[in-house]
Amino acid sequence: MELLWDGYIEPVVWIVAKILAIVVPLLVAVAYLTYAERKVIGAIQLRKGPNVVGPFGLLQPLADGLKLFLKETIIPSSANKGVFIIAPMLTFILAIIAWAVIPFDEGMVLADLNVGILYIFAISSLGVYGIVMAGWASNSKYAFLGALRSGAQMVSYEISIGLIIISVLLTTGSLNLSDIVRGQVGGIWEWNFVYHFPMFIVFIVSILAETNRAPFDLPEAEAELVSGYNVDYSAMTFALFFLGEYANMILMSGLCAILFLGGWSAPLPFLEFIPGAIWFILKICFVLFIFLWVRATFPRYRYDQLMRLGWKIFLPLSFAWVMLVATFLVVFDKVPA
Amino acid sequence: MSFIDRTARSFLLVELVSGMALTLKYMFKPKVTLNYPYEKGPLSPRFRGEHALRRYPNGEERCIACKLCEAICPAQAITIEVEPRDDGSRRTTRYDIDMTKCIYCGFCEEACPVDAIVEGPNFEFATENREELFYDKDKLLANGERWEAELAARLEADAPYR
Repeated sequence: MELLWDGYIEPVVWIVAKILAIVVPLLVAVAYLTYAERKVIGAIQLRKGPNVVGPFGLLQPLADGLKLFLKETIIPSSANKGVFIIAPMLTFILAIIAWAVIPFDEGMVLADLNVGILYIFAISSLGVYGIVMAGWASNSKYAFLGALRSGAQMVSYEISIGLIIISVLLTTGSLNLSDIVRGQVGGIWEWNFVYHFPMFIVFIVSILAETNRAPFDLPEAEAELVSGYNVDYSAMTFALFFLGEYANMILMSGLCAILFLGGWSAPLPFLEFIPGAIWFILKICFVLFIFLWVRATFPRYRYDQLMRLGWKIFLPLSFAWVMLVATFLVVFDKVPA
Repeated sequence: MSFIDRTARSFLLVELVSGMALTLKYMFKPKVTLNYPYEKGPLSPRFRGEHALRRYPNGEERCIACKLCEAICPAQAITIEVEPRDDGSRRTTRYDIDMTKCIYCGFCEEACPVDAIVEGPNFEFATENREELFYDKDKLLANGERWEAELAARLEADAPYR
């Protein structure tokens, strides 16, 4: 009995508690990201944004969520039912499980994998399956075209993201996300974005494309494709796509914060009394604000422009940067141990 | 030289950054949102809203049943029936406007020689069923009583331009 408790039940309870401690705030963050998006874009367009439900409209995300819960889930008669239902679940689950390796503070990480960055990369690449499955299973032209676009787009930009990550890894010498952050502790001048500034910009643009956000939101181009791969979804299945997309945004912002903005480390040494998790969250919010800001500013890219940018500009640029960094490290004998 | 200039501009994302600076500046400008049910925008005196039948200050109906409004109505939304009253004057016995047909063109008020039928400033007269939008004479006269102060002010304000 003792063994059963100590050996099996306690670790399981403990890990479930940790998972809940990540997932529940994450879902709240997703809800309030939709609110922040509407407020920020509203402000930029000289509107007020939601301000009726609750004080400053703060209960709006709850009202929206409740609405989606109460609606009827419609499954088109020609859809492939199994795949149709699995697709949003897959998108949502993949957006959530990547958080397992994200370090919130020194030691505050669910799974301190030595291949953390590879794990995240693998999971975010799998994300395209949810979308392609949704587009295929809906058995509708718009959904299918949206899924094709989305698939091609995510695959294209993942390559340049991969190369950018390689150049960061070359300077850090570790695939462990906590180690990547530890390499940047000590102040804003130690953060990777100082040394990899061009790649920081390319990375931000690539994660916009990777998460299908404006100005690369072609998969849901309202004007052409109604709303892309999720046209036929309603109620909870749609909500899962929506949550997945926004959770992915937060994840990519977190990744950007870890790779380039020093994760949990304070920007100036005397600010280190503030807990690292708060710095990390602030940095995520900063990158998320860029997401919203860009969406409010730029018009949508054309599809061929999107592909040209990905393959003909970002790919050579990030590849050249990898070469440059590698050469620099070898020539000046600075290769991390 | 211009090539270098152009390349530098596109690699330094000059245009993108200046665009984003502009939107950031706009974010802190005062908002133009009107809190609609609680705040309302200004209306022109010529605004063509809900119809009303007006009366003279002594309480007599203005409408003389000339049927010009019925004749000019392009949507044929107005139906009028007439009988001479005991004192010999022409008055309507029926004056119906089907508000679901009406296109709010304002021809009726322009055709009216006695300013009897007018379109008022009210645009918040949504109903829960169709039938309530078939206005009869009583409804229109009631509207006239309810809005008379504003209707008179509007006609007054617009008179110099008619």
